[in-house]
Amino acid sequence: MTDLWYGLPAELQRTLVVTSQVLLLVVPLILSVAYLTLAERKVIGWIQNRIGPNRVGPKGLLQPFADVLKLLLKEIVIPAKSSRFLFVIAPLLAIVPAFATWAVIPVSPEFVLADINAGVLYVLALTSMGVYGIILAGWASNSKYALLGAMRSAAQIVAYEIAMGFALVGVLMAGGSLNLGEIVRAQEGSILHWFWLPLLPLFVIYFISGVAETNRAPFDVAEGESEIVAGFHVEYSGMAFAVFFLAEYANMILIAALSATFFLGGWLSPLQGIPGLDGTFLAAPGFFWFALKTALFLFLFLWFRATFPRYRYDQIMRLGWKVFIPLTIVWLFVLGALVWFQVGPWFD
Amino acid sequence: MAEIRNFTLNFGPQHPAAHGVLRLVLEMDGEVIQKADPHIGLLHRATEKLAESKPYNQSIGYMDRLDYVSMMCNEHAYVLAIERLLGITPPPRAQYIRVMFDEITRILNHLMWLGAHGLDIGAMTMFLYCFREREDLMDCYEAVSGTRMHATYYRPGGVHRDLPLEMPRYQESKFRSKKEVARLNEARSGSLLDFIEDFTARFPACVDEYETLLTDNRIWKQRTVNIGVVAPERAVALGFTGPMLRGSGVEWDLRKKQPYEVYDQLDFDIPVGVNGDCYDRYLVRIEELRQSNRIVRQCVQWLRENPGPISVDNHKVVPPRRVEMKGDMESLIHHFKLYTEGYCVPAGEVYAAVEAPKGEFGCYLVSDGANKPYRVKLRAPGFVHMAALDEMVRGHMLADVVAMIGTIDVVFGEVDR
Repeated sequence: MTDLWYGLPAELQRTLVVTSQVLLLVVPLILSVAYLTLAERKVIGWIQNRIGPNRVGPKGLLQPFADVLKLLLKEIVIPAKSSRFLFVIAPLLAIVPAFATWAVIPVSPEFVLADINAGVLYVLALTSMGVYGIILAGWASNSKYALLGAMRSAAQIVAYEIAMGFALVGVLMAGGSLNLGEIVRAQEGSILHWFWLPLLPLFVIYFISGVAETNRAPFDVAEGESEIVAGFHVEYSGMAFAVFFLAEYANMILIAALSATFFLGGWLSPLQGIPGLDGTFLAAPGFFWFALKTALFLFLFLWFRATFPRYRYDQIMRLGWKVFIPLTIVWLFVLGALVWFQVGPWFD
Repeated sequence: MAEIRNFTLNFGPQHPAAHGVLRLVLEMDGEVIQKADPHIGLLHRATEKLAESKPYNQSIGYMDRLDYVSMMCNEHAYVLAIERLLGITPPPRAQYIRVMFDEITRILNHLMWLGAHGLDIGAMTMFLYCFREREDLMDCYEAVSGTRMHATYYRPGGVHRDLPLEMPRYQESKFRSKKEVARLNEARSGSLLDFIEDFTARFPACVDEYETLLTDNRIWKQRTVNIGVVAPERAVALGFTGPMLRGSGVEWDLRKKQPYEVYDQLDFDIPVGVNGDCYDRYLVRIEELRQSNRIVRQCVQWLRENPGPISVDNHKVVPPRRVEMKGDMESLIHHFKLYTEGYCVPAGEVYAAVEAPKGEFGCYLVSDGANKPYRVKLRAPGFVHMAALDEMVRGHMLADVVAMIGTIDVVFGEVDR
């Protein structure tokens, strides 16, 4: 067996290793997207005093597969007057960045697909790409409702990307690196060393912007169920719709993972630095803690959806431009002072 | 240079926020509404015409189907009109039962409105919370009339039957465990009045719960404050009634201004708004929930203490008891006549209006002395409010149109009739 492996050309070896690593990341990711849809329906069900899906499989655990099967068997209707090429390519444009961004996310101290130094820039670039899928879908559908959704999405993204970018500038200043692994390592120490404390306003703004960027309630104006029916994907059906749906949920997981990485110490254990526990397995960093923190943020996504009414889209822009951007800029100066004077325990 | 024109958006009739079958043709400049043109009539069932071809009593059921979320109030106006032409007054117990069910209906309607309005603005949990309480009130309808919605319970001369002494209970099944059934049946062990009293005791806490979700919620306020402002003068000029009018600050409520049944003997307040926007109308309706609850409590108290007849003792209008029919020829004839020919109403015309949850619901009845009405004209509050939609939404954004349709509390059963 080993002979066979070493007998292969070096390039092929490399390709095989990378491919298997990608699969190792993407397959669990797709599964968690599938189960996030179920979790959403269950959690919101409990909040709303319902049971949620419980018919397919034990406790409804096979529901996501039933959904996928249903959507696979449905016809993909392409509107006659749509722009066919763009109509088909739009869902792909939405989902590709949602998965591609995962390449730089360190899920555990040992495992990161691409340990590149421009990680944060890569994340920023790719998360902004997703909106093109939405805008193109709205445009290509040749439907007024879809167009309104696309316009709203475009307006919203401009307001939010900037605040999000500024929040990340704060993370760079605190972490001193663009590499996501380095940013996590800079937070080592204890739960108080994590960046959520010195960057609290940026943390809150980053997460809210993330909710807005993924078009989730209360910022789901691009979809606007009760206003523009389904917004940009009103004309999509079957698997084409499912791809948009997957992209939205993959983005949710992504934003949750990024928030955990940037502000809650990624894979680090919250029990680190507590006398007596240090050195035990509880304080050891690992994938478990990363997943737990991500799940915490994902729960917030669902909780928001069940609790808040929807913003009007001009109100979202007002919030973005008039509240978040000034706040982040002010906090960047505060942070600059903290870093300059080497205030502990974060910047000493 | 290219000519820039507004575009039209066809909003409905199959739109999640159209509240049934509203079709709005919106002329929009971007997201800003320049003109809204409501198209109605998609749910037209010719109720008024149908009523002309049937004995009086057989049309009561049609009234339930007008505003299908405030069923008994519609019946009330129709029955009241017939009673006024006949010159009969139902006994006090029947009046109290009617008032109690009118107020239960008001709670039913406002809960439906609150849930739907919340859903329109995006607070979807409200809908399910409201329906949780609605379910209990639906059970009251069912206990008293046999159906959950289209009750046909009010009759000229009183009500169909007295309040049941036993509340229907849940039974164990493979979907409901013993424990769950015991929990569900806890309030149902006694009579209907016990059940209603138990409901009124826990309902204020439920309203508090709705309010914690919405009243001080910043997003809710941003979406409703200063949206769809109607000045008091305009509200009167446009013919608004009910919470739409009171939200603008005009103190007008038929229950106080032209008391019918026993409203003048009950203690309740009429909330009014100040600014006439969606938020004030929301507050008015929330307070009405509490006030209705208060009225129901008083009615329960009175009904407990005062047993008595629930309809007039005139068998030309009210069918005789089943037992009497078995041995008494006269009763059998009365029964037969009532259920075939019906009764004749003296010639004349009358207008009877009640304060339905949505506003003044009136019934204008013309009789030529036959056993069928010569003409029935129904005044539906929703129709009038719908007509003002264009004025309200101009200059607002698309998302506000949805909030405005919600605040009007439009139900197409009564608008299209």
